[in-house]
Amino acid sequence: MVVLVALPLVGAAGLMAPAFAGRVPRGYGLAVSGATLAVAVVLLAGFDYSAPERMQFETDVPWIPGLDLRFHLGLDGISLPLIVLTALLSFLCFGYLAGRSSQGGIRLEALRPRALVFTLLVLEFGMIGTFVALDLLLFFVFFEVVLIPMYFVIAIWGGTQRRAAAIKFILYTLLGSAVLLLGLLLIWSQTGTLDMVALAQSHPMSRATQIIAFIAIGLGLAVKTPMWPLHTWLPDAHTEAPTVGSVLLAGVLLKMGTYGFARIAIPILPEGAATIAPWLGAFAVVGIVYGALACLAQQDLKRMIAYSSVGHMGFILLGFATLTPVGINAALFGNVAHGLITGLLFFIAGAIKERYGTADMTRLGGGMLGRLPYVGSLLTFACIASLGLPGLAGFWGEMLALQGAFQPAAILSRPLFLVFMTIGGLGAVLTAAYFLLMLSRITHGHPGTTPPGPPVETAEGIPGLTEPVAAGTATAEDPLLLSTANVVRGEATGEEPFVDALVPSPMDDTLGQSAALARRNAAGDESSDLIRESDSAAGPKHPATTPQTAAGLEDPATAPQLTDVMPSELAAWVPLVVLTVLFGLWPSALLGLTDPVVQSLLGAP
Amino acid sequence: MIQSIDYWAIAAPLILALTSGLVLVLDVFLPNRAGASRTVLGLVSLVGVLAALGVVVAQAVRGDELRTFCVPGDAASCSFVMDSFTEIFAGLTLVAGAVVVLLSMAELAGGRIPVGEWYFLLLATLTGAVLLPAARDLVMLVVALELVSLPVFALTALRRYDGRASEASLKLFVVSVVSTAVMLFGVSLLYGMTGAVHLDRLAAALRPTYSSSSTSYGGSAMLVQQAESTGAVLHNGSAVVTVGVVLVVAGFAFKVAAVPFHFWAGDVYEGAPVPVAALLSVISKAAGFAGLILVLSRALFSEAATWTPLVAIIAALTMTVGNVLALRQRHAVRMLAWSSVAQSGYILAPLAVHMDVVALMNAMIGPAAVSSPEAAPAETGSAASVISKSQAIELSGDFGMPWAVNASIAYLVFYAAMNLLAFAVVMLISRRHARNQLDDYRGLAYRSPRAAISLAFALICLAGLPPGLAGLFAKVVVFREIVAGGLGWLAIVMAVNTVIGLYYYLAWTARLFTPAPAGESRTVTEERGRTPVIIAIGAALLLTVAFSVVPQLVLGTLA
Repeated sequence: MVVLVALPLVGAAGLMAPAFAGRVPRGYGLAVSGATLAVAVVLLAGFDYSAPERMQFETDVPWIPGLDLRFHLGLDGISLPLIVLTALLSFLCFGYLAGRSSQGGIRLEALRPRALVFTLLVLEFGMIGTFVALDLLLFFVFFEVVLIPMYFVIAIWGGTQRRAAAIKFILYTLLGSAVLLLGLLLIWSQTGTLDMVALAQSHPMSRATQIIAFIAIGLGLAVKTPMWPLHTWLPDAHTEAPTVGSVLLAGVLLKMGTYGFARIAIPILPEGAATIAPWLGAFAVVGIVYGALACLAQQDLKRMIAYSSVGHMGFILLGFATLTPVGINAALFGNVAHGLITGLLFFIAGAIKERYGTADMTRLGGGMLGRLPYVGSLLTFACIASLGLPGLAGFWGEMLALQGAFQPAAILSRPLFLVFMTIGGLGAVLTAAYFLLMLSRITHGHPGTTPPGPPVETAEGIPGLTEPVAAGTATAEDPLLLSTANVVRGEATGEEPFVDALVPSPMDDTLGQSAALARRNAAGDESSDLIRESDSAAGPKHPATTPQTAAGLEDPATAPQLTDVMPSELAAWVPLVVLTVLFGLWPSALLGLTDPVVQSLLGAP
Repeated sequence: MIQSIDYWAIAAPLILALTSGLVLVLDVFLPNRAGASRTVLGLVSLVGVLAALGVVVAQAVRGDELRTFCVPGDAASCSFVMDSFTEIFAGLTLVAGAVVVLLSMAELAGGRIPVGEWYFLLLATLTGAVLLPAARDLVMLVVALELVSLPVFALTALRRYDGRASEASLKLFVVSVVSTAVMLFGVSLLYGMTGAVHLDRLAAALRPTYSSSSTSYGGSAMLVQQAESTGAVLHNGSAVVTVGVVLVVAGFAFKVAAVPFHFWAGDVYEGAPVPVAALLSVISKAAGFAGLILVLSRALFSEAATWTPLVAIIAALTMTVGNVLALRQRHAVRMLAWSSVAQSGYILAPLAVHMDVVALMNAMIGPAAVSSPEAAPAETGSAASVISKSQAIELSGDFGMPWAVNASIAYLVFYAAMNLLAFAVVMLISRRHARNQLDDYRGLAYRSPRAAISLAFALICLAGLPPGLAGLFAKVVVFREIVAGGLGWLAIVMAVNTVIGLYYYLAWTARLFTPAPAGESRTVTEERGRTPVIIAIGAALLLTVAFSVVPQLVLGTLA
């Protein structure tokens, strides 16, 4: 347990060692996060599933007696899935980075991979710590730990507007956490203890105090979540963050807010929760509809996904607001599902942005399924999962949240929540609408009707960190050649869902298969690989101009192609796809874990 | 009348005073080889400071309370007391003093500043700063405070070739003299009303109005109610005392650069040499707070109702104004100056709570007193029932310092370590970039990564975010007392201020890691005197990291 928390930190500290000063620690982050993931899997295996509501693997050591602060960690059914999700996403991000750097391979030190690995490891440390802390103040400390690394991830490795976005992100969230701290200290000053477990069992506070504390804590968490009127930092941060930053931000950081609701706000302050729940529900529903409408208006792919997160978080908050076991289970399920699906979406959006040099949907043009069949089909899959198609993970969270709203807790007004449910249902339809609209604009249609623009000047686009943008205009392409290329790849496209759907076997197995698949795919594209290498050698700062002409002159037979899925990307994405399908088909795997905890949290007098 | 003096009790200030004299004499008699004598004088000063620190540590370890210069016949009233409060402040001052001496070695390596005078003045300031927390009468307090302030004017002006230094010195002088005058007026009013200069006698003299009515609270309920209706329950009723209290608070507010007496901070910090700025922001400020805490919590706690709201408002204004002014600064030391003004506000905030607790205790005298949960003061535990005024005073006396005051002291200690670290790195950089603009720090992470990481750590600590846990816990301690004391509005003001503060600290930190603009090589390589600065940075870094990992070091000592 302590190992799990300490490992990323030790790894990060190890990186400071002078031994790494000159060399590029390729695979180091991968190894550390892999070890963390292994520990998480061991915990997953060692977890006592017969009693998930009990705190397990507890550690309880006094740290600062002067502040009553105890180093109190523990796992139960709520935190376990989130821990594994965090470890997995971090590992995948490192895998993605390691894959890129081994392919991009140029001037790595210029972009400070050591610093990036360091920040990401500290980030992982904070995220895992937040999910296992059982002391209010310790929770707060971990909650804060993630701020500075995330700030640097956005501010150093982000896009053009990164400075402003990073500042906005950190000021917003810090304001939230300051209010959160006030709420936590109010609880402390009223009860004299900081132990979450003890506090969740007895509620010694008066109703008025509970309401004030719930408002303070709720505000703090709502900024992080983010809830509707407090969400404005999110689109900017997501748009400017590099791919790994977006993935971790959406996949894990947002979960810290919702986890706080499940762990602190609702169990410790039941009366406060009951009073504020209608407001929470109202804001959640507004968030759902607002998020969906905002998505319809977005031009930027990443921005659109960010707004879709606002909508999904609205469903999760609505689940919490019902205060019923069904609703809270839905929220916790939606949490994990959103982490998987949105993580995947951001991975893919990042990949698209690298290839086309833009994430602007009009400039992307249509026909991605034709030009990049793998990426296009994965994008389609992720979008469909995200809009809540039955059979995939996104469905259960939304459906159960609405079901919870149909029959809210006895103390809440039923008609009000029926209204919420109706509006939320409308929001679900809108969600489907914008995702389908987006798919129709990007994946369908004729490729090459609009030429992709020049690559955006981002830190990500600077050679070394990323794969050079192999942007070629498809207008120059020979249609015949394109169709043959499609045929070659089309063979594999059919296989993939097959692999995913039918082999929800141990992950390593699938990974191996997909890697093999990708290798085969890569071998088939030898020629385009060659082009890619020549591109990268030719000076990839502005690949849109020189390589295109060079390639066109040298070898007219192989016109510039956008590279499809690379092995490293596939390795990072496939586990997410597998888990999405798995939880979609077998939701009780997760609900079985969370339900007893929720029952005991709500059942306690 | 012959007083017996406990020389062991006054050993620390005595050592400092003697060393300062020794330095002056050595300066005259040492052979006039500039480099050697500079080093010798620096080392002598350092040894003196460390010896004094050793004495204070030994006294703290033995744990007995030493008293001397007592009024004959009455053991209770002593002018000089070495208790845990004194030892904490003395220790803080001396550690900071050692760091400042190390920084001075680098500053003096330029050879244009007279060495003997510098160390003499520095040690004189330190003597005053160690003496002040031990002082237990008003006269001694004022004298010690002047001993802290006067040499600083001269220290600021010692860079005679620099016009800004002279300007800064003059500003500091005028402001400080005015504040002393104001404070002396307040002190004389208090003396005139009570006829006492010792803090404990002052407290006793201010008490009687209540004890007559509260010692027999069963029978005199009517009396209390009458007094309450005329508004006389919560303070002494004497307008002169109130004026005295306000003037004393104002005098100390000058010293700690609290709003509205903060204007001098920016110019003076910028104009003074960096070690003097560090001295002003840590030692001088600690001395000011020590005096303020002593006067408010030992002598004037029965007047809490007068200065509770005053201190709360000053705290809120100070943090806000300091932070807002710091937002637009482009000069490194100037920014640290305003940030330290803001930090003064955070240190002041729990004092306001302390008063509130006492005021609530006062309010409990009345039969109509409502015992709300917020009102239960920490040190009385479950005693939510009616407490008489004299009981409250006894409690205050027994426990020495209420918790809220401890929060202030804890914050001050954490702040001192973080700020010294920041100043030490700034000192290092200012030797390369004479202008010392924030933009000179761009790309520092590539030129000297260790300095950059130290500075980044200090700034993040000051902002109060992990991994700067020292700053975070300091803020948590303060927040805790404010929330527990029921001052919700102040807590919210402070929360907003934390966010404002983060902006400029972070903007500076981010500069460290952004590449420097190409083609700029204004670097003046002046490598002499680097070693002491690096030792100073190391020491400050060690302290800050220790406070981050084991804040119990401070909190445990105070509890």
